[in-house]
Amino acid sequence: MKFTGTDNYVATDDLMTAVNAAITLQRPLLVKGEPGTGKTLLAMEVADSLGMPFYEWHIKSTTKANHGLYEYDAVSRLRDSQLGDDRVHDINNYIKRGMLWEAFASEKQAVLLIDEIDKADIEFPNDLLRELDRMEFYVYETQETVKATNRPVVIITSNNEKELPDAFLRRCFFHYIRFPDEDTMAKIVEVHFPDIKKRLLKEAMEVFFQVRDVNGIKKKPSTSELLDWIKLLLAEDIDPEALREDSTKAIPKLYGALLKNEQDVHMFERIAFMSRRQDA
Amino acid sequence: MFVDFFYQLRDARIPVTIREFLTFLEALDKGVSQGSIDEFYYLSRASLVKDERFFDTFDLVFENFFKGAMHKTAGLIEQYLPEEWLRGVAREIFTEEEIEQMSLEELMDELAKRLQEQDSAHHGGSKWIGTGGTSPFGNAGQNPAGFRMGGEGGGKSATKMWQKREFRGLKGETELGTRNMKVALRKLRKFIREGAEDEFDLLETIKSTADHAGMLDIKMRAERKNKVKVLTLFDIGGSMDSFIRLSEELFSATRTEFKHLEYFYFHNFLYERVWRQNRRGYSEWTPTWEVMNTYSSDWKVIFVGDATMSPFEITEVGGSIEHWNEEPGELWLRRFLAKFPDAVWLNPVPSQRWMQTPSVRMTYQLMEGRMFPLTIDGLDGAMRLLRQGRQAMAHL
Repeated sequence: MKFTGTDNYVATDDLMTAVNAAITLQRPLLVKGEPGTGKTLLAMEVADSLGMPFYEWHIKSTTKANHGLYEYDAVSRLRDSQLGDDRVHDINNYIKRGMLWEAFASEKQAVLLIDEIDKADIEFPNDLLRELDRMEFYVYETQETVKATNRPVVIITSNNEKELPDAFLRRCFFHYIRFPDEDTMAKIVEVHFPDIKKRLLKEAMEVFFQVRDVNGIKKKPSTSELLDWIKLLLAEDIDPEALREDSTKAIPKLYGALLKNEQDVHMFERIAFMSRRQDA
Repeated sequence: MFVDFFYQLRDARIPVTIREFLTFLEALDKGVSQGSIDEFYYLSRASLVKDERFFDTFDLVFENFFKGAMHKTAGLIEQYLPEEWLRGVAREIFTEEEIEQMSLEELMDELAKRLQEQDSAHHGGSKWIGTGGTSPFGNAGQNPAGFRMGGEGGGKSATKMWQKREFRGLKGETELGTRNMKVALRKLRKFIREGAEDEFDLLETIKSTADHAGMLDIKMRAERKNKVKVLTLFDIGGSMDSFIRLSEELFSATRTEFKHLEYFYFHNFLYERVWRQNRRGYSEWTPTWEVMNTYSSDWKVIFVGDATMSPFEITEVGGSIEHWNEEPGELWLRRFLAKFPDAVWLNPVPSQRWMQTPSVRMTYQLMEGRMFPLTIDGLDGAMRLLRQGRQAMAHL
């Protein structure tokens, strides 16, 4: 069982090695990288290409480690007890399985995505150490131990907003998704828009990397934003010639997909104005 | 196996642990990387390095280690070279009669002689020793049975992945962008429940209801809010001009990260007045006393400045280059620090140059060492110190 990228996802060699190491050794894989470089997509594609069921646990700032295991719905039970419902006698009726439990219980080996782990509290990864290590946990309410039938492939993404604890890092493989170079980027765009006109692609890429290279830009456009932009260009049926003409005027067509900050737009307008003045 | 490599990584201050090392060996054992040196490189990186800031250092150690490994294997070949193989090779270089007449030692000697005799550079061809040829001896050749005699291997791409050093930009010492500044500043966040009780407290409600034998008793609590309060003071003196872009980025990053943020400007050093406006007009200044009396001492103070000036501007009455100051700047900084114990100084000047400039050295001492370079690592350290408060001082 080896992951080699899919029809919709371009995986670099180093990424494939890291994913395969994580699968073979059944350890979690931690993926970091600039926002919009396809960290979340990776897990889905791994599940897809290996034909495994896919579970996604999205982390928010209020998420606790317990939420991934199970939740005991005490309020429902309290309500049922006051209404005299029969369900109240079986505590199992009020235990809701979390994503980790679902992945552990899966008949086939599953892929579990823990998305944006850095959003949670700083102690969150530490609370999951044993669960991810041994792939088992204890349910106090029913006094049973849940153990994974097949150890799931765990993929964890982080946007680097918090440092992760060392004890947690020790147990993971690590991969940093770099911002793709122009060749890889061209491949990625081709995967998403197979019938894109060659010339439009070339022009669009040039404009895109120019925009990224402008000094002092507040938010650099990412891969997913490039793909959105190309979608727009295709929808509007923009002529490559027009795009080329555009790039000399500095503010690209349909820039809304690339620039998300009014200060950045403003700066581009200023540059455009200056270059026009130089031409005159 | 690879124990040297492990220790070299640790010597380079990459935090590799035994457990990670064992995982790496286990992965090798299970055949995750099959022979290709690139895969081996990727696998070792994925299992041993857990932070992209160390990727560049890792690349350097990897390069160094494998250069060393090449030298070692070179020795092995001389020692354990199978005679049969050598004779096979020799047949391609020497004629049959020549081989008949020579023993193994003589063959090696002859080879060495050919190396010496050859006084002009030789590239290509099939007999002589040189570069790019098909002869088994020499460097960068294409003969699959040949062995390398020093220098870089040919065949594959000239630079290996780790030699490209593509991760140099991710090293912690490099300059900051707005995004990683925000990330670093976020470390200072501290959530506290304070104010109006307008959030439903589930656990307390359950507990209280149980205490009342099932009568519903609803409990409320205050919302969690980020309560850290930050006071920043930016130097906009003339010598800061070259750091304006960096300071602006830091400023815009702090603005979005803290709800309780106050900022002031000062010129070169802290005296009896500070400014609200980033204009160098004198009319709208605020007395430093007023700042000290307005904000309580749990505010965290961040100075941003290059602290580069004449030492007189710090120590002397009237030392300021812009106005007559009744009291020396040194005294004002001491007063300020006495009022706000949690303070750091961020200096955009690289830390290697600090001790060469007397005024930076003096400011460093006044700050009791709490001066940090304006880099990711520096900002990280500064925020950690501010978060932990005074007790962390013992570690400095």
